[in-house]
Amino acid sequence: MIQHNEMEISFLSIAENESFARVVIAAFAVQLSPTVSEIADIKTAVSEAVTNAIVHGYEGKTGMVRLRANIEDRMLTIEISDQGRGIANVKQAMEPFFTTHPEQERSGMGFAVMQTFMDDLHVASSPGQGTTIRMRKRIRSGSPQGMTGTYGMGGML
Amino acid sequence: MLQSIRDGDRLIVRLAGELDHYCAQTVRRELDALIADRSIRMLILDFTTLQFMDSSGIGVILGRYRQMRDRGGQVGVIHMNRHIARIFHMSGMDRVIRQLDKPQEAAQA
Repeated sequence: MIQHNEMEISFLSIAENESFARVVIAAFAVQLSPTVSEIADIKTAVSEAVTNAIVHGYEGKTGMVRLRANIEDRMLTIEISDQGRGIANVKQAMEPFFTTHPEQERSGMGFAVMQTFMDDLHVASSPGQGTTIRMRKRIRSGSPQGMTGTYGMGGML
Repeated sequence: MLQSIRDGDRLIVRLAGELDHYCAQTVRRELDALIADRSIRMLILDFTTLQFMDSSGIGVILGRYRQMRDRGGQVGVIHMNRHIARIFHMSGMDRVIRQLDKPQEAAQA
């Protein structure tokens, strides 16, 4: 079992890269032998954070989104950052159903989903300075349903 | 293109692939084209072949729900996996959209 690992990747803030980011984090997390459910949680949280960077950070303009991940024993730490417009009121943005774009049928559930599916969530942001979302999840050890041994990586990506 | 089956005044639409922010626009457009026929009173979304959904999917479903409600219609869902059902319940959508394949509701569906 790997005890320490790190990765970092940057990609353009286009919506096509939302699925790319999900595949990348799943491929990195697989070395912790997560369950199918844990992988689904991680992919969903990353999808929300990357969508946030694209929709709110850069507001349709292009910039770079950086995805970093770190494994320390069973703890997976994920950081998603953009250098976009930033969030003036982080507390308000994190309230469920808060949306700056009601006409676009955004649900306002992004941060609530990240909070529910990960163990903890921290958002650092200020106007003009971009946003960094850091979230952590402890992967329960030695799960017999762990994907690596049983199905290999193909099925979970 | 979304697959759909018409059954009287009900339309069953099978969602497929992944429903994220990137795919939301296409799915929204296709669903709107399918429910443009106002004789449809109930839209049933079948999640059997949907592999992924995040909160962008919630927005798409809520938007279609509002349209159906405004014309006196309804929206139901079937075959959600555990993960998607969790997002569905978190959003509170289960208060207005019926999960038609829960055992206790199957008889009415």
